[in-house]
Amino acid sequence: MTLVWLVVVPFVAGAAAWVADRWSHAWPRWIALAGIGIDLAIAVTLWFGTSGAALVPGAGPWLAEIDVRWIDALGIHLHFAIDGLSLLLVLLTGLLGVLAVAASWTEIQDRVGAFHFQLLWILSGLIGVFTAMDLFLFYFFWEMMLVPMFFLIGIWGHERRIYAATKFFLFTQVSGLLMLIAIVALYIVHGRATGTYTFDVTALAGTPMSSTMSWWLMLGFFGAFAVKLPMVPLHTWLPDAHTEAPTAGSVVLASLLLKTGAYGMLRFVLPLFRDAAASFAPVAIVLGVIGVVYGAALAFGQTDLKRLVAYTSVSHMGFVLIGIFAGTTIALQGAILQILCHGLSTGALFILAGAMQERLHTREMGRMGGLWADAPRMGGMTLFFALASMGLPGLGNFIAEFLVLAGTYRVSPIATIVASTGLIVSTVYALWLVQAAFQGPRHGTARLRDLGVREMATMAVLVAALVWIGLYPQSVVDTASPAIARITSAPRVASRAP
Amino acid sequence: MLILIPLFPFLGFLINASVGRRLPKRVSGALATAALALSFGVALSAVARMLAATPVDGVRAVQDTVYTWIASGSLHVPFTLRVDPLSSVMILVITGIGTLIHLYSTAYMHDETDSEFARYFSYLNLFAAFMLVLVLATTFPVMFVGWEGVGLCSYLLVGFWFTKQTASDAGKKAFIVNRVGDVGFILGMAAIFTTFGTLDFQEVAARVAGMPIEASFGILTLTTLLFFLGATGKSAQIPLYIWLPDAMEGPTPVSALIHAATMVTAGVYLIGRNAVLFSHAPITLEVVAVIGCLTALMAGTIGLVQNDIKRVLAYSTVSQLGYMFLAMGVGAFGAGIFHLYTHAFFKALLFLGSGAVIHALHGEQDMRHMGGLRRELPVTYWTFLMATLAISGVPLFSGFFSKDEILAETFAHGHVVLWAVGLFTAFLTAIYMFRLVYMTFFGERRTPATADAGAHGHAAAGHGHGASGHLHDAPPAMAIALVILAVGAVAAGYVGLPNAVVSGGNRIDAFLEPSFHAPVAAGVDVAAEPAQEESSTSSGVELALMGLSTLVALGGIGVATIFFLQRPDRADAVAARFSGLHRLLEHKYYVDELYGAVIVRPITRLSTTLLWRGVDAGLIDGTVNATGLVVRGWSAVLRRLQTGSVRAYAMSFFVGVVVIVGYYLWQ
Repeated sequence: MTLVWLVVVPFVAGAAAWVADRWSHAWPRWIALAGIGIDLAIAVTLWFGTSGAALVPGAGPWLAEIDVRWIDALGIHLHFAIDGLSLLLVLLTGLLGVLAVAASWTEIQDRVGAFHFQLLWILSGLIGVFTAMDLFLFYFFWEMMLVPMFFLIGIWGHERRIYAATKFFLFTQVSGLLMLIAIVALYIVHGRATGTYTFDVTALAGTPMSSTMSWWLMLGFFGAFAVKLPMVPLHTWLPDAHTEAPTAGSVVLASLLLKTGAYGMLRFVLPLFRDAAASFAPVAIVLGVIGVVYGAALAFGQTDLKRLVAYTSVSHMGFVLIGIFAGTTIALQGAILQILCHGLSTGALFILAGAMQERLHTREMGRMGGLWADAPRMGGMTLFFALASMGLPGLGNFIAEFLVLAGTYRVSPIATIVASTGLIVSTVYALWLVQAAFQGPRHGTARLRDLGVREMATMAVLVAALVWIGLYPQSVVDTASPAIARITSAPRVASRAP
Repeated sequence: MLILIPLFPFLGFLINASVGRRLPKRVSGALATAALALSFGVALSAVARMLAATPVDGVRAVQDTVYTWIASGSLHVPFTLRVDPLSSVMILVITGIGTLIHLYSTAYMHDETDSEFARYFSYLNLFAAFMLVLVLATTFPVMFVGWEGVGLCSYLLVGFWFTKQTASDAGKKAFIVNRVGDVGFILGMAAIFTTFGTLDFQEVAARVAGMPIEASFGILTLTTLLFFLGATGKSAQIPLYIWLPDAMEGPTPVSALIHAATMVTAGVYLIGRNAVLFSHAPITLEVVAVIGCLTALMAGTIGLVQNDIKRVLAYSTVSQLGYMFLAMGVGAFGAGIFHLYTHAFFKALLFLGSGAVIHALHGEQDMRHMGGLRRELPVTYWTFLMATLAISGVPLFSGFFSKDEILAETFAHGHVVLWAVGLFTAFLTAIYMFRLVYMTFFGERRTPATADAGAHGHAAAGHGHGASGHLHDAPPAMAIALVILAVGAVAAGYVGLPNAVVSGGNRIDAFLEPSFHAPVAAGVDVAAEPAQEESSTSSGVELALMGLSTLVALGGIGVATIFFLQRPDRADAVAARFSGLHRLLEHKYYVDELYGAVIVRPITRLSTTLLWRGVDAGLIDGTVNATGLVVRGWSAVLRRLQTGSVRAYAMSFFVGVVVIVGYYLWQ
């Protein structure tokens, strides 16, 4: 039942927040905080409760599971289940959900109830995506995230919000429909071959089909996930959406929504279409490498703070794509760590960018400079997360990128070498960001208010999480390894990237 | 409890970084200094334990495993610290000289506000912690933590006065150039792991020892070249040396600690730590030796014409690091580390001495505005002179022994050309160092201490204003550091007397030797090791070489005396005669300009103009928008377009889905 609560609590809290807006603007905030806070607490309890036996490979695939028949005629189940991979992503959702509510505390003053309603429904959808093991259910949640996100950007966003929201919606909707086609086709192919019509992921994994069919269906799933990831050249919705969204929107987009793409590849593309994915791997790796370098190069060219951070996501998620399709245990561990660490560090950078915009009313880095004198705490935090984002050892992102590179080298040294140059460019943009905003001569005369208690508390949580993963990655690695073992255990066609 | 060695400075960092801004300067400075002094104490006891230990696998060592850092699949990286002969030299230098520099800084940085003072010391302590992790590591990834960490601290400290644009830029440049090298390090790790399945130094050495020496380009050569790329970044060698001269924007004690004594030697240490690996890749060693030698020469020539006192020292550091790489490249690992160790004393002292001068002159760094300071700054002058004699290779001073060993080994290994270039560089070293001493401490003061007016007199010209105003020599905290380092600059070399003079006199070589071998117990036939070429030259030849070095050093001093003490106008005349060459050197061979034109600007243009506005906004979005227009056109035909494209899209896809699903159900 726990798993149902994970989805239902934020869903109900969202509705309650909307209603409560009638009485006070404070109510929706507290209700939202409590709603997603409960989810975080449940996830943490699951995490601690399952350390040890349940995480050992072979002890059964799921840490928790609920499977109820829903629409019998079509073989649709309410099947929620959670393993190490899902658990980590639910934890991330809970944590960043709480922080996203905190980050909106003073920024959002308009239609507060509706805002938190949208926010919590996105989170509820995300948790559904990360726990649904029935493809129909999965698709339901996948679509459920989009509409509130569209409104979140379109209503509470910045200057070009309508354009950005529409672009976001179109990209994800088009790709989502591709996936729907693939899901339905897979359902039918499986039903024809075995006589059982089901949407259950585990059952579908063994579907006998021609390699051509497998290839096309794999592409349908891959397309949807690649847009979300985002993979170059399907990424152009991202800079606009991230830049125009309100802080909480940017945080949820960068830290959580993008992760559904990576999650989908790990959960569906690799297990359902093992051979097709293996033969597609060289292409995916090349596209991942391009993403790493291209995203970093574009980030370096930006002058808008949020746009810069947005492009860094393209670069960092490129590492995830490489790691997933390199397919070695080490590279997959790296990809999962990167999913988490990118969520934490980029979320933090968007919160900081939002804090700066709230105070300075600009995101143009050319109009900042010398802010350290007024706001040393903000400067120190920006420096910390910029360094985390460029992969400083001792912080989580380094472990992630190092594992991806070390695990990919045996598959393709060339890809590894090219991808590693992204690390140089990431240094350039990270340091440039810090320099442009905080160093050099003072620009302008307005005094900048430094981070307050609420903001510092937010930052402290994220700092602690990144340091923890950096110094003790084992806690994440051990949680994820049974899931990875299942992905890698079945025989695969050996692949070699060019 | 080896973890205490880096832990003390790390705690110092945490305290000063969190509550330091509220502490008075006395407290935060004392705290930071005491943290490193404690670490020095622990280091001493650890070295004592190491010396008393029974050799395991042929080497004395103590080690502690703190915990398992990363374990994933076949990758296993424990966080282990280890003191063996090689790392013992390093930790003593870092904590010992580091403590002195901390002490010196308490006086040097005294004009900063409380919060800036605390920020400075928190960075300095953090640096020491990372540097200690770097040298105590037993695996590549743990070393890399220290390796990147010191780069970070270097960035923070070079850009310490970041409201100044040049300082902020210099810090950034240092970090970026370092990261170029670090990518080499990371790829080297990936290659090592893929080849050997381990990232442990000793395990790698044991496996490599069983392999034949790689005569042609192969995996060992590739790996070692990647690591050497990392080394050129950290240790400021061609082609990545360009950040170090700019790094002089940082406070002077930082230059002494990071950019002279410790961090910049990390690349040399990296090769020493992996001596077995590098010995099996002779092609790489050749590259290392040639690059080291060229860097030494190039930096030495630039040092001849610079007028900023710290920049001369910076190029001198680049040049001396080149000597160390020359030693590593010819396989004389002991000699390289020996020079690293003596250099730490005299170069730290030179920087601290220049800091005392700058401090006395309230920030003046141009030697053309100095002169005659030996009377007013006697402590600074005498200690500085000791260090200058040491670096110039004057017999009986520390630098003589270590530099001479490098040249002798280079000659003995048959690299006669490299030896000749090294010898010529030694000649240049003596010239530029004594030029610096003469311009700074001799002659008359060329500008009043208080005013900059008329300060732009010609180089070394005797005209200008007479000495005026009373200058203060180094205050006690600074003077103590200077004097102790001066003793080191004179005496540190006596652990490595040439065997040709005193039989068995080169104790440091014998002490370090076991660190450069694969663990014996690994079941590897010792004979398979690359034969340790004991100096094949007779002691007669060695004595002759030594005499030659002495003559060269004295010759250099003589040339400097003639041109920069007795007849400064002659130096100007020579500079005027060869004005093209002079300009070339003054502009540092235009390398920065070259990099700017070939690398920095094209990439900037590529990323903003071509990729962003061209590909991203133009090509990709353009394609998408065009698709949108086509759809919109179709929709218009179908009269579906009523409220904008969202609905049109959704509708068209819905239809599409229905059609496809229907098709399958029909079949």
